[in-house]
Amino acid sequence: MEWETVIGLEIHAQLSTKSKLFSGSSIEYGQEPNTQANVVDLAMPGVLPVLNAEAVRMAAMFGLAIGAPIGRGNVFARKNYFYPDLPQGYQISQFDKPIVELGHIDITLEDGETKRVGVTRAHLEQDAGKSLHEDFAGMTGIDLNRSGTPLLEIVSEPDMRSAKEAVAYMKKIHELVQYLGINDGNLQEGSFRCDANVSVRPKGQEEFGTRAELKNINSFKFVERAINIEVERQIDLIEDGGSVVQETRLYDPDKNETRSMRSKEEANDYRYFPDPDLLPIEITDEFLEEVRKTLPELPGVKFKRFVEEYDLSEYDAGVLTANIATADYFESVAKSADAKLAANWITGELSSHLNKEDLSINDSPVNAAMLTGLIKRIEDKTISGKIAKQVFEAMWNAEGGTDESAADKVIDAKGLKQITDSGAIESIIDEIIANNPAQVEQFQSGKDKVFGFFVGQVMKASQGKANPAQVNQMLKDKLST
Amino acid sequence: MDNQMINKSLAELSVGLQSGKFSSVELTQFYLDRIASHDSELNAFITVTAEQALATAKTADEKIASGSASGLTGIPLAHKDIFCTDGVKTSAGSKMLDNFIAPYNATVVEKLKSISMPMLGKTNMDEFAMGSSNENSYYGAVKNPWDLDRVPGGSSGGSAAAVAAKLAPIATGTDTGGSIRQPASLTGITGIKPTYGRVSRYGMIAYASSLDQGGVFASSAADSALLLEAMSGFDAKDSTSVDIPVPDYSTTLNDSLQGLKIGLPKEYFEEGLNSEVAKVIEAAVEEYKKLGAEIIEVSLPNTHLAIPAYYVIAPAEASSNLSRFDGVRYGYRCEDPVDLTDMYMRSRGDAFGREVKRRIMTGTYALSAGYYDAYYLKAQKIRRLISEDFQKVFEKVDVIMGPVAPETAFKIGEKSDDPISMYLSDIYTIALNLAGLPGMSVPAGFANNMPVGLQIIGNAFTEGKMLNVAHQYQQATDWHKQTPSKYAVSEGEK
Repeated sequence: MEWETVIGLEIHAQLSTKSKLFSGSSIEYGQEPNTQANVVDLAMPGVLPVLNAEAVRMAAMFGLAIGAPIGRGNVFARKNYFYPDLPQGYQISQFDKPIVELGHIDITLEDGETKRVGVTRAHLEQDAGKSLHEDFAGMTGIDLNRSGTPLLEIVSEPDMRSAKEAVAYMKKIHELVQYLGINDGNLQEGSFRCDANVSVRPKGQEEFGTRAELKNINSFKFVERAINIEVERQIDLIEDGGSVVQETRLYDPDKNETRSMRSKEEANDYRYFPDPDLLPIEITDEFLEEVRKTLPELPGVKFKRFVEEYDLSEYDAGVLTANIATADYFESVAKSADAKLAANWITGELSSHLNKEDLSINDSPVNAAMLTGLIKRIEDKTISGKIAKQVFEAMWNAEGGTDESAADKVIDAKGLKQITDSGAIESIIDEIIANNPAQVEQFQSGKDKVFGFFVGQVMKASQGKANPAQVNQMLKDKLST
Repeated sequence: MDNQMINKSLAELSVGLQSGKFSSVELTQFYLDRIASHDSELNAFITVTAEQALATAKTADEKIASGSASGLTGIPLAHKDIFCTDGVKTSAGSKMLDNFIAPYNATVVEKLKSISMPMLGKTNMDEFAMGSSNENSYYGAVKNPWDLDRVPGGSSGGSAAAVAAKLAPIATGTDTGGSIRQPASLTGITGIKPTYGRVSRYGMIAYASSLDQGGVFASSAADSALLLEAMSGFDAKDSTSVDIPVPDYSTTLNDSLQGLKIGLPKEYFEEGLNSEVAKVIEAAVEEYKKLGAEIIEVSLPNTHLAIPAYYVIAPAEASSNLSRFDGVRYGYRCEDPVDLTDMYMRSRGDAFGREVKRRIMTGTYALSAGYYDAYYLKAQKIRRLISEDFQKVFEKVDVIMGPVAPETAFKIGEKSDDPISMYLSDIYTIALNLAGLPGMSVPAGFANNMPVGLQIIGNAFTEGKMLNVAHQYQQATDWHKQTPSKYAVSEGEK
């Protein structure tokens, strides 16, 4: 039988606020345990939550970016359950009235087709603390630094049909929240986390199969692998006459398998009810207008503009707009240097250097000003493209300083300036012709291929500095006579 | 120190302090001495904070000397043990918090501390404010100063008994379903629960967040006005506190009641109201007629739904509010738990009393999947109906009056095995908590030798009018001046 996979994702994006969702404590990562927990975070008797307005603004930005209505009277609800790292005994979340209602996002599939994925909702909620089971000899340590950190939970429709689509969606959301400046995109530190609801059904069947929820899949790679392995498990199970049970499953990346964590029967009854300590959030038109003004140019719009304004290929525009740092880097170079050259250098030389050393573009040793200086010298023919790679390499290794003059300094220091003096080029050509009579004869008897040999010899003799166009022209003239 | 002190109003005490007739240290010591001699039989205090009180009194005296004092500076008070007090045990009447030293001050405590009002101690209460008799305290029942065999009402029974027996000139309380008005009524003192949002709930241990409101116990409306004003106001730490200015309640106390429209809800005078209590209320209404008020019969048709709605909403919120008491970070933890579930179950099982467990279970049930709509949502609908009942009536009248409780103080133990009958004693007080409205209890006489309170209900944020209405009555009568003989000091006596 042919099977179809159905996937929906729940993404938890930690909002880049300064303080927690309902208290003034800092949310900085990696601090000493319990140094960022005040009486509110500790859920001392009598304390009350006060909503962080910045978190509301960020959630509204996300909503506007995915074309979703913003809940005008959205409500915080308590999700009740006991756990030692949940000090209140309930998580303040949103239930039936989330801040962001149904929106959508477009993803690009491998075949280049665009697919629209529904975003059911996004809501604000508090993160829990951490239980530390190691180092406490039979006891559990509790770190409440993370407790109360603002999260935006983004829930998709079950619109994805393959692990690859799921990853494309996850990447798109990942890119968007960073564009909006509401999340730092850090998967390792857990500020961007993902759970996947996976089910299979016979192709053509409308009804969904029973789903399993996969947890602990916090990288793009693991999401793809976990979904694929889970799909395989479900299909095998059904084909062997069994049936999928609704449950939460944990992905083990070492063994590349999913295993049952808890079944639906064991699931908590969370007893959601509106939090009486917090009033509904009233969203006004004025507020939304203010938020709208702060929205940056979104990836799709930027993509179109790059194609039109800079005359880039769709491929280049896609690569350059994949994250905001790259897009900004490109625009910074393109404002005073040739856009196409800038695109080529960023998607080519720069990317491969960054990948090799696993650096983000923000940490690139060659900054936008330095690349601008380099491209200007290619444009004005001070150096050839080939020499430019040498200059780039030198700048990458911290030669020439860190401003736009870096390329010039390297060119001067290494004497890489292109030779455009036709007299100088002519004397090199004359010498090469004189030293290679056999090849001259071959060329003149019709073997055009030998022409390349002469070009190579001239470039070699000039240490690559002779202007290639001039070399070509002059060689042609000399050899034909 | 003159024993007549206990018969003085706050205004008189203030004049005495400011004029140097006596110091705050002397006044505070005077009340600490009264607590020392009388509280062993009343059990009104869980903690007496003599040292702290005297230290604050000393600061108060310095402020008075340097001219930087406000009207209440130097006047001692007692706080219900539900308000967090920095460095002082804050138990909420529960074994769960018997070892809990609060690390911060509630906003109310902070406000009164900032004007150097010495805190005499923390008063006894029903565990987590759940109860109407003060029998549900881990620290034992509080006695009614009028009859030591009877309850003082609850849940703020300790504060009420302390003020009634003159162990403190004033005290704070909280009222979720009547926990200020009912004990004020049963102990013959003045109590006011302001509009929801008027007084900050920050640092007030939550029972039912949407109903809880801090308020005042005092010997008169005039005294209540002074303390309420000092406690009230917007607090950025409480999202449900309301940002409207606090009026000077004292300036309107003497407004005339000529033409005042008083509504008497017929539902408050039906079956269930003790006939002796009814007579007292009727007499009080007659007194208001003499003061120029017009009496209008009104109807609050959904009154009978208030108790059922309350006993869904309050336990539902409580079941969640009390989840934080898990033995993990503070409070009671059972000995040698074998695992997490054992720790939760035994810590909570050992440390919560019966009534608290009953309400946690009721509330958990009401919020459970499959029951939420039938209970919690329906109760919220009733809540809206009740609120609308009041708004309709307030189109026609300035204040509503009626009894606070159907009976006078009952005997200790009389109802402790019958929770339903206990719940029914809140019939006249609960509705206005559901509507968020302010209510007062004003001493109006005696039935079977026990005090009876007249309830005054106002529209939202009309505390000034209510205090005026109560004060005018107290100018015309002297029910509020009655003190149980055992604790009284007659005029001329030293």
